[in-house]
Amino acid sequence: MTDVQTLPAPRAVLLECEDVRHALHAVQDPELDEPITDLGFVRSIDVTRGVGGLVVSVHLRLPTSFCSPNFAYLMASDSKDAIAAMEGVEKVVVELDDHHDSDLINAGLAADAGYRGTFRHEAEDSLDELRWTFRKKAHTAAMERCLTELLRADRDLAETDVGGIRLADLSAGRSKTALLRRRETLGLPTHPNAVVLVDHEGHTYAPEAVSMALRRARSTRISIDGNAHFCRGLLRTRYAGSEADQSVRPEGAEPTSHHTLLPVAVKEIHP
Amino acid sequence: MYTKDGENYFIVDAHIALWDARPENQRNIHGKQFIDCFYDYHRNLSPAEQLWTYEEYLYQGGQRLMKDIFEDGYVDHAIFQPAYLGEFYKNGFGQIEESYALAAAHPTQLTYNHCFDPRNGEAGLDQLRADHERMNFKGVKLYTAEWNGDSRGYKLSDPWTYRYFEECRKLGVKNIHVHKGPTIRPLDRDAFDVSDVDHAATDFTDLNFVVEHVGLPRLEDFCWIATQEPNVHGGLAVAMPFMHTRPRYFAQIIGELIYWIGEDRIQFSSDYALWTPRWLIEAFVDFQIPEDMTEYAPLTIDQKKKILGLNAAKMYDIPVPEALRLPDAEETATGPRQPDRADLAGV
Repeated sequence: MTDVQTLPAPRAVLLECEDVRHALHAVQDPELDEPITDLGFVRSIDVTRGVGGLVVSVHLRLPTSFCSPNFAYLMASDSKDAIAAMEGVEKVVVELDDHHDSDLINAGLAADAGYRGTFRHEAEDSLDELRWTFRKKAHTAAMERCLTELLRADRDLAETDVGGIRLADLSAGRSKTALLRRRETLGLPTHPNAVVLVDHEGHTYAPEAVSMALRRARSTRISIDGNAHFCRGLLRTRYAGSEADQSVRPEGAEPTSHHTLLPVAVKEIHP
Repeated sequence: MYTKDGENYFIVDAHIALWDARPENQRNIHGKQFIDCFYDYHRNLSPAEQLWTYEEYLYQGGQRLMKDIFEDGYVDHAIFQPAYLGEFYKNGFGQIEESYALAAAHPTQLTYNHCFDPRNGEAGLDQLRADHERMNFKGVKLYTAEWNGDSRGYKLSDPWTYRYFEECRKLGVKNIHVHKGPTIRPLDRDAFDVSDVDHAATDFTDLNFVVEHVGLPRLEDFCWIATQEPNVHGGLAVAMPFMHTRPRYFAQIIGELIYWIGEDRIQFSSDYALWTPRWLIEAFVDFQIPEDMTEYAPLTIDQKKKILGLNAAKMYDIPVPEALRLPDAEETATGPRQPDRADLAGV
C-alpha cells in the first residue's frame, strides 16, 4: 500500500496532517454544535504517499462507548467526505475507535455503504431530519445567549420586551457572530433590522408569548452547554492527554471545565 | 434522616442498584464497555475523596450497599430500579433476585421495583404476572435502550409497551421509571428523544412516569412535556453529582425544573452505585443558586426537603413522621397544562 521509499520528508507530512485537520474543522458534532477538532474527537491523522496520491488515515474517538451511534456515524462519514474532497487525496480510511458500533460503522465506511447500507434494518430513510433537529436547537441556543446577555447588561430591559430586539441592537462579538452563522444555516434573514427572537421559520412571537419563548430557548441553551462540557470532560477522563486537543468553550464554562487532575485508572482487573 | 442547622430531612433515595459487572458475568465486550462508561461518569463527577477503585466499582454486594446507603448515607428508604441488560451480562446487570431478597429482608428500608421488556411479547406478560404474584412490586424500571435480539431499543408508545402498561394498571403497578438511554430505533431520529413519554403519559393518566436523569441530555424536551403532563415526574439520577464539578450547570438544571414542573415532582437519587448518597445529600442541603443567576429564585429549605425525600415518599406511600410532612405548592408559573399539546410534533 505505502511505498516506504517514496515517503516525503517529515516536515511535509506534518503540513499535510495540518491540512487534513483543517478540513476536519468543517465537520461538526451536530448535537454539541462544535467542530470535532475543537472537541478533541480526532485521535490521529496519518498521511502517507500512495501510488496515485495521498493516503489519509484518521482515527476518531468519542467520550463513551455508548455515544449515540447515529451521531457517531454522521461525524465519521462527514469526516470521510471532507477529506475525500481534498485535492491530491487518493484514498481515505476513517475509523471510529472504542465504540459499541465501531465494527459496524467502520465496515460501512470502508465499503462506502452509506447510512442505510451500514445500519440496514435499523435505518429507515436518512439522518437529514436528525441534522435539522439539532440545527434548530443550535439556533435557539445562540438566540437565547444574545438576548440573555442583553438582559443582564441592561437591567431596565424587561424579559417581556425582548420580542422587539433586532440584530442591530446586539453588540458585535462572539455571541452575535454565532447567531448570524446559525441564522444563515436555517435560511433566516441576517439584515440589521431582522427581529432576533424568532422560531426556526422566522416567525416572531406575540408580546404575551415572548417570555415563554425565551424560557424555552433558555432550557435548550442550558442543555446544549451542559452536554458539551460533560462530553468534553468525559473524553478527558477516558483518554489521558486528550485535553491538549480540546479548544476552550467559553459558553457554559465553569472553573472545573478544563481540570485535568483526574487520577489515571486502568479499567482492568488486577488479580 | 439528615439533620443540619436544626432542620430534619427525611431521605428517600429513589434510584439505586445492586449490580454485578465483574468479568465473569460479562457476556461480551459490551458488558465491559457499559461498566467502563459508568466508571468514567463516576471518575469524572466525583470528589477525589469519594472515588472508588475499579474493582470496588464492579460489584458491591448487599452488605456494602446497606452500609453505604443507610449506615453512612442518611437514607431512610431506598428504591431498587434494576436494569436487566441480558445481552451484555450473563446473569443480567441489575441483580434481580439479590435485590429482591435484600428488600424482603429489610422491608422498612428498601422497596424493590421490577423491570420488563415489552419486546418479550405474550411470554413476557405471563412472566410479569408471575413475577408480580411473587414480588408484589409497585413500580418498574424501563430502560428503553436495552438490546434484545435484533432490536436495540423500543419506545414507550409502541403497541406492545401499551399492552404491558395495561397489565400494570390491572396489577396495581403504578410507578413507571423510565431511563432514556441512547435508543437505537429508529436510528433516523434523536436517540434521546423523550416524546414517547409524552404519548404514554397522556394515554395512561393513572400511572406515574418518572423520567430518570430528568431527561438529560434532553432537559429542555423533558421540561416541556412534564409541564403539560401532571403525571410526569423527574428523577435526579446522574444530575445530582454535577453539584460538585459543575455547580452552575446544576443550579440551572434545578432552576429550570422548579420553574417548569415545580417542587413537588422532583425526586432525589444517588443512582447508587454510580455514586453514594452521603456526599450528595450533604452537598444538596448546602447548595444554593449563585447570586448572579437572577433568573432563578433561591432554593428554599422546604423545596430541598421535598426533593430529598417527601416527593418520592408520597408516590410510594412510605410513612413520613407527621412533623416532617409538607403541603403541596401552588401551580407553577408556566400556567395550566395544555392537554391538547400532547406531543412534541413541530417543536
